Amino acid sequence: MKLLNIFLSALRALQRNKMRSFLTMLGIIIGVAAVIAMLAIGQGAEYSVKQQIASLGTNVLMIYPGAQQQGGVRSGAGSAVSLTEDDAIAISRECSAVLYVSPGAFAGGQVIAGNSNWATSIQGTGTDYLEIRQWPMEYGEFFTEQDIKAAAKVCVLGRTVAENLFPDASPVDQTIRIRNVPFKVIGVLTKKGQNAMGQDQDDVILAPYTTVIRRLSHFQNLRYILVSAASLNELSAAQSQISELLRVRHKIQPYEEDDFTIRNQTDLASTATETTQVLTILLASIASISLLVGGIGIMNIMLVSVTERTREIGIRMSIGARARDILTQFLVEALVLSLLGGITGIILGVVGSNIISSIAKWPTFITAFSIILSFGFSIAIGVFFGFYPARKAAMLNPIDALRYE
Amino acid sequence: MMRSITTSPDINETLIHIEHLTKVYKLGEIDVHALRGISAEVSRGEFAAIMGASGSGKSTFMNILGCLDIPTKGSYLLEGIDVGKLSRDELAMIRNKKIGFVFQGFNLISRTSALENVELPLFYSDTNTRTRKEKAIEALEKVGLGDRIHHFPNQLSGGQQQRVAIARSLVNNPSIILADEPTGNLDSRTSVEVMGIFQELNNNGITIILVTHEPDIADFAKRHIVFRDGKIKSDKINTKQKSASEVIKNMPLIDDEEDEAA
Repeated sequence: MKLLNIFLSALRALQRNKMRSFLTMLGIIIGVAAVIAMLAIGQGAEYSVKQQIASLGTNVLMIYPGAQQQGGVRSGAGSAVSLTEDDAIAISRECSAVLYVSPGAFAGGQVIAGNSNWATSIQGTGTDYLEIRQWPMEYGEFFTEQDIKAAAKVCVLGRTVAENLFPDASPVDQTIRIRNVPFKVIGVLTKKGQNAMGQDQDDVILAPYTTVIRRLSHFQNLRYILVSAASLNELSAAQSQISELLRVRHKIQPYEEDDFTIRNQTDLASTATETTQVLTILLASIASISLLVGGIGIMNIMLVSVTERTREIGIRMSIGARARDILTQFLVEALVLSLLGGITGIILGVVGSNIISSIAKWPTFITAFSIILSFGFSIAIGVFFGFYPARKAAMLNPIDALRYE
Repeated sequence: MMRSITTSPDINETLIHIEHLTKVYKLGEIDVHALRGISAEVSRGEFAAIMGASGSGKSTFMNILGCLDIPTKGSYLLEGIDVGKLSRDELAMIRNKKIGFVFQGFNLISRTSALENVELPLFYSDTNTRTRKEKAIEALEKVGLGDRIHHFPNQLSGGQQQRVAIARSLVNNPSIILADEPTGNLDSRTSVEVMGIFQELNNNGITIILVTHEPDIADFAKRHIVFRDGKIKSDKINTKQKSASEVIKNMPLIDDEEDEAA
């Protein structure tokens, strides 16, 4: 018997018991749809976590001055004052894997605008800072290379600072006083929200690092250098290039420790991704249990069908059907059940995840992988659970099958 | 590879050769001796009726002839092939190519059209779609059902269903047709009509073996083999073979359900 014929006659056999076939398929439909929807939700969660981490900048490296060592006493990171402006310039010039460099200075203090005041942190940055942090301006302008060279007394406000100092008016072109130094406000940043530690990232004032170093800080060197790699893949290349360069610049002997520390956020990112992957696997395995139950449903109905059609099997054998013909016939019927169920389930799963994402405002992600996986799984279930009943039918003795009442 | 099961047919050769055939069933602790040493020969072109009371072993004998069952002892040669030595698949091939079955209960597959029922043996012998359909229609026309090919079994009368079954048994040009009480579920007029079809097929050279317990039906055959207690009691030529077409002419006309049923 040719495969097409077997397939058609299987379809016809299933048509004879429409309701029963549908209910049997329903098990597979629900199972496949659940697997697809759960994978979509899990992968959506993974995507949004990655997205959040990317908003912090996954390809960002932070270079801190290293531990200061005096005799045997080592102070913590940042206690040395080894990072200089020239280091930052050298990094941007010589490290090919580095895209943006922003030297960093820092000052804290009370900020006064008219009759309101606010305590916040003042970050001295380079012009690349916004590119590295992927942080657009809300309005106004960011300071320029000229401002940095001139150590101009200009600043950009974070949203929280802007709202607290200027609740009613636009802060642009207003003057604020930071530690009694007047600064002109030239722009306001967009809202960034909390960072991974729960700190308000918008409670900040950005100013040229040169200005912060000269006017506000006692520190003459940089507190840190913020660097972004050209891409996530070049992150480790960037890290080693910087490390090599700084060791040469700082004249560190091979047996000596670094006098700087380079940190990245990929460790945080991979932990978070791992967590959501575990969640995805958990959801999918719960869903696949229902797929398994659906498979048992197929086996059950195929067993009933074999019993019901014992006589038909006998007739087919008496006119020359071999054991393998009968085996194929019932196996194909089980396969058709699971395949049709699988396809319907995929459609339902895709539609369902779209509904979930539009109602719950939850990102869902349907990948070709999850569709191929559940499709393959339903075929496997058809073969696995169809085989036993089909074999039972094929092993019947023709004479007993014919006499079966 | 299967061993070859085709031999050149020539007229009057021995088709079936049976020697000392026994069949013992185990029913729990008890051994039931269904056949106790049967020896017989059937030549090509014969029309034999096997008769006997129920329990005489005639159905068991028929099942063995049809390769549905295997004997406990003894040998069965069909066209020179020792059937007892064949595998399950080879037996299926013999049933497919050399044997046509007609049963008492018609044994058509329900909710499947007459045409598809008749096509079925050809499915299992890998005939292509077009030849399959042509052969099936040809067989249905031979039994006078050319106009009912798309009817389902439940839309056909008993006689028509049995004719579909006969067409199915014919479609692969078998060496022999085995009919097990083919008229058992039919009224007397339809029974004679079905016997008429068998006689016609036999006149065209097809070998037929028929099991029946009705002497009236056996009268249409050329040879009578009578079974009793698992043995052949008598085996003789029927000198007074009746012609079904003659009998039907002399039958009183009751309302002819054949033509109205659809």
